[in-house]
Amino acid sequence: MKRFDPERVRHDVPELRRTVHGLEMAYLDSAASSLAPSSVIEAMSRYYERTHTNVHRGVYQIAEEATEAYELARRSVGSFIGAPHPDKEIVFTKNATESFNLFARAWGASVLGEGDVVVLTEMEHHANIVPWLQLKEERGIELRYLGVTDQFRLDLTRLDETLAGASLVSITAMSNVLGTIPPIRRIADAAHAAGALIAIDAAQLVGHAPMDVVDLGVDVACFSAHKMLGPTGIGVLWARAELLASMPPFLGGGGMILDVKLDSFKPADAPHRFEAGTPPIAEAVGLAAAVRYLRSLGMDAVAAHDLELTGYALERLGSQFGDKVRVYSPQDLVDRGGVLSLALEGVHAHDLAQVLDRHGVCVRPGHHCAKPLMRRLGVPATARVSFGPYSVERDIDALLGGIEHALGMFG
Amino acid sequence: MDDLEDLYREIILDHYRSPRNRGELPTPPAHRTEGFNPLCGDEIVLTIVLDDDVIEDVKVDGHGCSISQSSASLMTGVVKGKSIDDAKGAMRSFKRMMTVADEDDPDADEPIDVRKLGELAALQGVVKFPVRIKCATLAWNTLAQALVEMDA
Repeated sequence: MKRFDPERVRHDVPELRRTVHGLEMAYLDSAASSLAPSSVIEAMSRYYERTHTNVHRGVYQIAEEATEAYELARRSVGSFIGAPHPDKEIVFTKNATESFNLFARAWGASVLGEGDVVVLTEMEHHANIVPWLQLKEERGIELRYLGVTDQFRLDLTRLDETLAGASLVSITAMSNVLGTIPPIRRIADAAHAAGALIAIDAAQLVGHAPMDVVDLGVDVACFSAHKMLGPTGIGVLWARAELLASMPPFLGGGGMILDVKLDSFKPADAPHRFEAGTPPIAEAVGLAAAVRYLRSLGMDAVAAHDLELTGYALERLGSQFGDKVRVYSPQDLVDRGGVLSLALEGVHAHDLAQVLDRHGVCVRPGHHCAKPLMRRLGVPATARVSFGPYSVERDIDALLGGIEHALGMFG
Repeated sequence: MDDLEDLYREIILDHYRSPRNRGELPTPPAHRTEGFNPLCGDEIVLTIVLDDDVIEDVKVDGHGCSISQSSASLMTGVVKGKSIDDAKGAMRSFKRMMTVADEDDPDADEPIDVRKLGELAALQGVVKFPVRIKCATLAWNTLAQALVEMDA
């Protein structure tokens, strides 16, 4: 595996040149949003400076260029995740949350009814819980949950029982709180054996590890561009071509139709059927640039880099603070990514994050849009540390210094 | 780090470590109101007993950051044994200090005399941290809600 130099990545990310409170920024919140390299920002600027107009409309040259750039982005993100037919399978949305809502509304609301079963896990982000709870309220579907073990892994001891009779299994491919990567392939095979489809929340995985939807054996994947070095405002719903083709539209309007009469309409084919209105064109161009950048680093190397930092953080937290810092995250480096959640003895996560801010350290305090998981862990809030390809050991050293300060202050 | 020390003054840390009037009063006779800060998950459970127009007893339970919990503790010390009018006056002053005065506060635009706020003035440093203002005001908003519910 060819490794990249994270200092080189830092050099490519303009935001890391700024300081906070006069200090170098130790950005440890990539699970919330990652920092874009200048190639992403420049690609979007270039689009606005040279090619900006609407897509799929005009016949003049720049209109064709804009359409080509937009459709090229679809192909590049599709090939990045191993989609067999990117042109038919990649839908651009606003973010992963909208991707889940689109899937729940288009597929779920047309297929699921009273008593139909959707299986989730206790470690889901609200984006993969609330749309299904809405269908539970509106259509009477049943939700079942796979639990979380005390080692912060998915509890698969009752997998087959839980899947029996289910229509869909919708699970995270990497927990945004714990960093845990569940065995997706195994669960996908079990889901299919039970006659269920499987959807994954790939928001945390896709920008941090190699991901191939065919190898994973999944039917649907949802993710956001801004967690994979891309811009905000664009997300992706990938679904197998036949599945996507079978789904009715969700939002109606321009761009998603073949024909409209006063009393009826014919929807366009997928994926355009699901892209009503002017899509996020500049953002698609930015996402394509982010994919190019990630490819240049190599996804194996990105994953290895995250794990190295995770190992360093776990080791230093343990040796320096012992029981004073509880780590809500697998303690080994197997089947996990670069995310760990911390709780300090006697220091609330918000207070820790506030003190860390004064050390230039950016972490996320709170429930991380995963309140059922926080209840399972028995903790109201944690401070989450997460890495990106620009993260370095001195970011963690700054974190350790801030934790020392907070413990001294509140202890 | 001066403004950090201004935020976490010793009196705030003291109320966080040793909260006053902690717990829940039996209901009835107490009235029970819950307050939430949905963004950060802070939770306040306020139980309050009125005797005519006097707050005879008040206790606070819940969990959250040092600012939300110390503010709740400080509040109980200020309003316990006071008339409802005095408590509402303290509430208005506190919210003005936090730059989130109520629209119906006739003195909303008047400068605040922090010396009159007593111990509550310890939370003055919060204003420099806008996202934490909602932590400091959670207990007071819960008290306001309780008074509305009790028609007081």
